[in-house]
Amino acid sequence: MNVRIRFAKYGAVKFIGHLDVMRYFQKAVRRAGLKIAYSQGFHPHQIMSFASPLGVGITSEGEYMDMELTAEYSPREIVERLNETMADGFSVLSCRILPEPLNGRKRETAMSLVTAADYLVFEKQNSECKFPQSGKELRSEWCRFYGQKSIPVVKKVKKSNTETTVDLKPFLFGSGCLETADSEMLAGVLPHTAGPDYYELETIPDFAGELKEFYKEKDCFYVPLRVSAGSADNIKPELVMEAFARFLGFEKDDSLHWQIHRLDMYTGEAPDFKRL
Amino acid sequence: MAETTNFVRKLALSDEILMAVDKPARYIGGEVNMVKKNPREVDIRFCMCFPDVYEVGMSHLGIQILYDMFNKREDTYCERVYSPWPDLDKILREKKIPLFALESQEPLKDFDFLGITLQYEMCYTNILQILDLSGIPLHATDRTEDDPIVIGGGPCAYNPEPLADFFDFFYIGEGETVYYEILDKYKAHKAKGGTRKEFLEIVADIEGMYVPQFYDVTYNADGTLASFEPNNIHAKKKIRKQVEMELSDTFYPEKPLVPFIRAIQDRVVLEIQRGCIRGCRFCQAGMLYRPIRERNVSFLKELATKMLHSTGHEEISLSSLSSSDYSCLKELVYYLIDTFQNDGVNISLPSLRIDAFALDVMSKVQDITKSSLTFAPEAGSQRMRDVINKGLTEEVILDGATEAFKGGWNKVKLYFMLGLPGEQTEDIRAIAELSNAIAKAYYDTIPKSERKGKVQITTSTSFFVPKPFTPFQWVRMATANEFVEARKLLSSAIKEQLNAKSIKYNWHDTDVTMLEGVFARGDRRCAALLEGAYRDGCLFDSWSEYFRNDIWMKQFEKNGLSLEFYTSREREKDELFPWDFIDAGISKNFLYREYEKSRQGIVTPNCRKGCAGCGAAQFHGGVCYEPRNEAGESIPTEALIPDC
Repeated sequence: MNVRIRFAKYGAVKFIGHLDVMRYFQKAVRRAGLKIAYSQGFHPHQIMSFASPLGVGITSEGEYMDMELTAEYSPREIVERLNETMADGFSVLSCRILPEPLNGRKRETAMSLVTAADYLVFEKQNSECKFPQSGKELRSEWCRFYGQKSIPVVKKVKKSNTETTVDLKPFLFGSGCLETADSEMLAGVLPHTAGPDYYELETIPDFAGELKEFYKEKDCFYVPLRVSAGSADNIKPELVMEAFARFLGFEKDDSLHWQIHRLDMYTGEAPDFKRL
Repeated sequence: MAETTNFVRKLALSDEILMAVDKPARYIGGEVNMVKKNPREVDIRFCMCFPDVYEVGMSHLGIQILYDMFNKREDTYCERVYSPWPDLDKILREKKIPLFALESQEPLKDFDFLGITLQYEMCYTNILQILDLSGIPLHATDRTEDDPIVIGGGPCAYNPEPLADFFDFFYIGEGETVYYEILDKYKAHKAKGGTRKEFLEIVADIEGMYVPQFYDVTYNADGTLASFEPNNIHAKKKIRKQVEMELSDTFYPEKPLVPFIRAIQDRVVLEIQRGCIRGCRFCQAGMLYRPIRERNVSFLKELATKMLHSTGHEEISLSSLSSSDYSCLKELVYYLIDTFQNDGVNISLPSLRIDAFALDVMSKVQDITKSSLTFAPEAGSQRMRDVINKGLTEEVILDGATEAFKGGWNKVKLYFMLGLPGEQTEDIRAIAELSNAIAKAYYDTIPKSERKGKVQITTSTSFFVPKPFTPFQWVRMATANEFVEARKLLSSAIKEQLNAKSIKYNWHDTDVTMLEGVFARGDRRCAALLEGAYRDGCLFDSWSEYFRNDIWMKQFEKNGLSLEFYTSREREKDELFPWDFIDAGISKNFLYREYEKSRQGIVTPNCRKGCAGCGAAQFHGGVCYEPRNEAGESIPTEALIPDC
């Protein structure tokens, strides 16, 4: 059976890089005693793939991982067995049994399906130096930034070790420039319905809730953001926030004073985004 | 076990710092199987330290054993610390952030104990870094009632003298034995409100504990040690090594820590036995951990299952000095293969002698086309192998290699030492010739049509460093120039071989070896070298990119000490050595006898072939008490244990 789990990564483990998260889940599946499929050969590896790497320092409640299991389990059992062996900061939120691909077509992995991702960006509560602007001022600056016709950024090209200029604007799918921003942003997303093929925790830890409270109370900067993701046009939210820092006249690294939190990842196209 | 939830961990380092340093996961703790306790609810806070970078330190079995053992006590919370990499080191100093333990993320200075394992000499500057960054005075005698008690243990504690100034006490022997006694006594002492000095006196009364400040040292005009005398009534004249004789009924971590980042040992480590019967004369571990003691095979099977399950590791490695000598090896290895291989578990068997059994196992657990065979002849000529008592003949190596070639292998790794006692040009050339002979064996065995490319021989040499408690503790170590000459000679000798193109030669750095030689057999005066080098910026000396030989050399001059005195000096038979106050269970007479035999090229049979009377029988167990036949050979355990 093929399943897709959704998990959260928060707290200290946000400093664990993507390759190590993969290693972590390989071992976690073994600890949970789930029978996973292996590739052939002398160095077999687990049949497991992740939707999209998360940058170091970013927290998330919307990570997805696909795996092929060689025994039958209920989605609930998979969630529970994995959660019994999670280290602090990792939490499995849901599991969905994936339908078999239609007549001989190749299975689509989360990695190949993902098209967009939602983030929350907010000022860190214990940041060493805060911005001179108030949260309100920063939000109105953000709307000016977001409203630009084009947002050119310099991107490094790994292969040729050169730099190219990319316009981010076409890849930004939405943001909160209004008071009702976060609910507006999530519109158009189709959730999964409960059933024998799907299980999610009844109480999903409210990772961002606490921060929302803080933001409302202290008038700190807080903004939702939907960007293009996936193999075609993957936009790192860090890049957007670095551009915003520069827009404000700060250094690129000042963007580290904002915490980026991934909310979810989607497949499909606007306005019919569907949860992975 | 007391697991409480009301202690909230808060990272000691800010996001800005963690995002600025390489591999921030080194500093956040929280790994799978990390023990969580509330530090406010324990009586004793112990921090275990491996003074090297996280990925190295996390791979060390000894700390995992003690971590588990200490945390089994409800009154104790044992945490960990490793050396901050130079990038973080700089930030900690600039921002005056005190060094912290990974579990609670709280400063080391608040702990009751800081236990530092001493695995190799070239990590000594890192010890000073740990103390310094923690705000603990470097010198034990400068510490106050508010500072942790700093303990040293591990193989380098068998000559603790270069570190004597920096430690409150050294634990001589195996950790499983008297630590609980120390903790019990500390707890009672703390409750009573006793002083630091009183506690050290209590410690000095415990077998195996060495409190350096309770001893005075004087030197002769020629620089050798004149006297080593206790100055405190509690201090023992001889410190006796503590040995755990019940290895199948003792502490072993069933839930080892699993790091988030890849450690050097990214696998379950199963210590199958402790000690070695071989008696190689250069090998300190082989002498220190006598007598050999095996763990029960069913104990090991159960442990392997538990540890693979609790960690999720995809590999298990059997650990010992010479795995082939473990009586139930076949049974254990085939059990592991049969039980776990279908679950994708890889089995690794270092220190295995290459024979039919080894090749069968290796063909089952490894990809022959990618893996290599490893031989450690240590010396190139039979004459030199007899000198060092390495019972491996050219015939055995060539037969093993030939069988392996037939089985499909074509990569061979060879390990040798240069600068062994009495080494002649022929002995060095013999390394090249043996490498060549193995390559030739390949071409003679495998017909051209069946070869998959050239045979790949990798010949590596390290430089020999004489160590305390070995028959070579008297020996003159080669000089840096002699090492370089030997290496050059070997390099050109390899080039002259017929199969030179199939042989790749790797060698070690000489400068760092010379310093290792100084600290291995150094005395208390070496502390000044260490402190000076650290103050002038030396750190991570075992990492070639950070090793600064120029700074070290200046310290000898500054302190009026000579490198050659410690290294390239043949010692008199009756010289008083700085480590002679330790009774490691093997007599100085035995060691000297072995030294004399080495000079005559006479080999000593291994412990199972006959007893050489080293003295380890005083521990009443292990190989010394295995049943023997009339010839003095121990009767193979297979014959005694029906299931193995």
